[in-house]
Amino acid sequence: MKEFAGSIGLVLNEPLLFDKGKRGRVGISMPRRDVDYFPVDEELTGTGPDFPDLAEIEVVRHYTRLSTWNFGVDTGMYPLGSCTMKYNPKTNEKQAALPGFAGAHPLLPEELSQGVLKMMFELERLLVEITGMEAVSLQPAAGAQGELAGMLVFHAFHKSRGRRRSKIIVPDTAHGTNPASAALCGFTPVKVGSNDRGVLSVEGVAAAMDDDTAGIMVTNPNTLGFFEENIRGIAEIVHARGGLVYADGANMNAVLGIVSMGDIGIDVLHLNLHKTFSTPHGGGGPGAGPLCVRKHLEPFLPIPRIVEDKGSFRLASDFPLSIGKLHAFYGNVGIMIRAYSYILSLGPELKRVSQLAVLNANYLKEKLKDILHLAYDRPCMHECVFSDKLQAPLKISTLDLVKRLIDYGFHPPTIYFPLVVTGALMIEPTETECKEELDLFVEALREIVKEAAESPELLHNAPWRTKVRRLDETNAARNPRLTCAGVVERSEE
Amino acid sequence: MRYLPHTADDVAEMLQVIGASSLDELFSSIPQDCRTKGDLKLPGPVTEWELNDMMADLAQAMAVVPDYKVFLGAGSYQHYIPATVSYLLGRSEFSTSYTPYQPEISQGTLQAIFEYQTFVALLLGMDVANASLYDGASALAEALLMAARVNGLKKVAFSSLIHPHYRLVVRTYLEPAGFEIIELPYTSEGITDLTGLKGIEGLAAVAVQSPNFIGCIENLGAAAGLAHDAKSLLIASFTEPLAFGLYRSPGALGADICCGEGQSFGIPQSYGGPGLGMFACLKRYVRSMPGRLVGRTEDRDGKPGFVLTLATREQHIRREKATSNICTNSGLCAVTSAMYMASLGGSGLRELARLNYDKSEYLKNELRKAGFGIPFSAPTFNEFVVELPVGSEAVYQRLLDRKLVAGLPLSSFYSGMANRYLLCITETKTKKDMDELVSQLRACYDI
Repeated sequence: MKEFAGSIGLVLNEPLLFDKGKRGRVGISMPRRDVDYFPVDEELTGTGPDFPDLAEIEVVRHYTRLSTWNFGVDTGMYPLGSCTMKYNPKTNEKQAALPGFAGAHPLLPEELSQGVLKMMFELERLLVEITGMEAVSLQPAAGAQGELAGMLVFHAFHKSRGRRRSKIIVPDTAHGTNPASAALCGFTPVKVGSNDRGVLSVEGVAAAMDDDTAGIMVTNPNTLGFFEENIRGIAEIVHARGGLVYADGANMNAVLGIVSMGDIGIDVLHLNLHKTFSTPHGGGGPGAGPLCVRKHLEPFLPIPRIVEDKGSFRLASDFPLSIGKLHAFYGNVGIMIRAYSYILSLGPELKRVSQLAVLNANYLKEKLKDILHLAYDRPCMHECVFSDKLQAPLKISTLDLVKRLIDYGFHPPTIYFPLVVTGALMIEPTETECKEELDLFVEALREIVKEAAESPELLHNAPWRTKVRRLDETNAARNPRLTCAGVVERSEE
Repeated sequence: MRYLPHTADDVAEMLQVIGASSLDELFSSIPQDCRTKGDLKLPGPVTEWELNDMMADLAQAMAVVPDYKVFLGAGSYQHYIPATVSYLLGRSEFSTSYTPYQPEISQGTLQAIFEYQTFVALLLGMDVANASLYDGASALAEALLMAARVNGLKKVAFSSLIHPHYRLVVRTYLEPAGFEIIELPYTSEGITDLTGLKGIEGLAAVAVQSPNFIGCIENLGAAAGLAHDAKSLLIASFTEPLAFGLYRSPGALGADICCGEGQSFGIPQSYGGPGLGMFACLKRYVRSMPGRLVGRTEDRDGKPGFVLTLATREQHIRREKATSNICTNSGLCAVTSAMYMASLGGSGLRELARLNYDKSEYLKNELRKAGFGIPFSAPTFNEFVVELPVGSEAVYQRLLDRKLVAGLPLSSFYSGMANRYLLCITETKTKKDMDELVSQLRACYDI
């Protein structure tokens, strides 16, 4: 057996910040006071919040210790399906931190903001080329806000044609954000199922599509890891009834330079810069969810738009059909800079990114399909979905399998999603894992499957080597403790 | 390419395992008529060193310190960021992890967010705070949607002194869903005119921003009273959380939901994003709250730990019936702000807030002494409006040429605000900077 990354390292304890510190300490260099005190209206002032006072080293040690309890892409392989946990290049961080970008005020006059405006304008053009769509707004702050923007475009498009449609078709394999985003615009999601190949059929969509349906939301490739091969036929049906086709681009990492979304009937597409374009996930954001549309929907994009005028750039808001504004300013510019740097660094090699992502997923699928049940035994795109069907007779669940994977030094795959596969394990290795790492991952799973038969308690009680073991989530939800006890005390009037 | 580890031998070996003859064959399930024609027409690939030059060129085309003195606030604030905060954020265990779905290997993020929730609740005087939303604008939209869920009503009122961009975002979120939005006017002192609230029936929420867009401190206590009389919720919005180091918190004044922008706390301005949507409310409304929440619990051995909790409110469980569609939020920005609040501590926060106030009062005083108008009499924090004599556009432009950005012209945001400018003074502006601004203005007007 190989040496795996998982081990009992140096696990240090660290109390809550609120149990540390002493009044009178400070962790910041207080800026010089070069003006006098001025009178202040005592009726309006308060005592300020009771934060702990900490010295600089206490703050540094606190967060350094906390960080050691976390697993990131820099720590190890993170095959979280549909999340595209690829390597986050360090030069991108450096570019976003350049003082000219990081220190720029969003309301600077346009003539003093040409650098950022040019970057945003060019990034839009690059995304047009990559997706085959025709116009882009970078404003949405995350994938779900991109979806919301897309649904608002649907709503505004139908309104501009003097009609209001109440339904939207959402496949059963969709992310939860899809129906939630549609509902925000007043659409009722209508579920359609996938066929025995794990994709949507033209007939299935035709049966659901009617004149009260605004359109369809498709994730392509879908969350089973398959390309929706009937997409052109589906788009024809939807368009014929006056609807629009929305594509959730969460899985674009499979088809860069391979599929032109604009040519297959997609009207609106969102991208996740924090998935496909390598910006770090930050433990839950910030991300960015640009919205790409075909020409006929460009008038509906969020404002302001970036416009080029004889080599200089300005922000324009005179688009009467626009859905309006989604962000306090222009979106997550710091994330855009990282994605822009990534695209320039790869250039046309972006196609190879997708080829290798698909290669890695299919390799894992082949190497694991004799020990784990494959939900659909056919070639996959960037991710493959297994289930716990073979382990179920041993009373071993997906949760047990993946918690044990932690002990071997790997982050678990996405589990229990998509919902159409019972006990799903959704594995997306991404292109940045090398063959040796994939082989080690396979070997770990093989060991674990062996353990499942020989000593199931190793799995039932896993993980063993982490700071904490399995946590009581039921009690956490039943008796929510959401702030430090004894610190936030506020009597309800 | 250094991000792609596969050698030609690796690819050949792996293809053989798969049983495919080429990389292209892996895509055989994609119909030919769905394929991209030809290669992507993209520039590059560029080397790391070429990228450095290209990005430096772009960054140089921006007006920032130390070349420029920028007296702009209006929702994005220049504050000093301690080296420790940037340094700690370099811990890629925080930045390269996903939303903490696997708590056993995410305790770093989870404890940091739990502490962030505590900081925010304390700062705003509320019971609970969530793990963050995108920014102050979408946080306000989500707060109004939440109040509508709590009260089962689709009519809301907001102050016209809420950041104009926030009001636009609210309209984007609410109007397609059929909401009625009433905009409250403002008084000559520079605060919201609440008198109109009395006759309105069926109101889900009243939203007021304090300090408001023109820098003035609102009477949140009065707003809470009127909102509660109308059986609606008071939503307190903000763009400058540092103000609560000096002024009473919205919670102490009766707000039910408090939300706003946290960028001031250690987050670079970055041309407006990413920001940090801070969001807090009273305990009794927690199950209607949007966004993620971290809760404390115990593991199998009874050891304390943290998990994401109350997930049944969220889209991945509740789908179209969720309290919000938000998934990815501003996690790393929330951790950043917690690091910043920890560095300041309670004492530091009060001292820094007071310094911002005193500096701003100094400039206000100097401008007044020089004969410039201060049109609004309500107290302010670190922003206020100055009224310049006619011809201010040309003066503003002349100051730009001298690398002084003399605030935000308000004429495009409100009628009747010609020649009025919103100035912001934080700890980053010295007395010398402010004296220079006043003397340049005097010189331009020859006074």
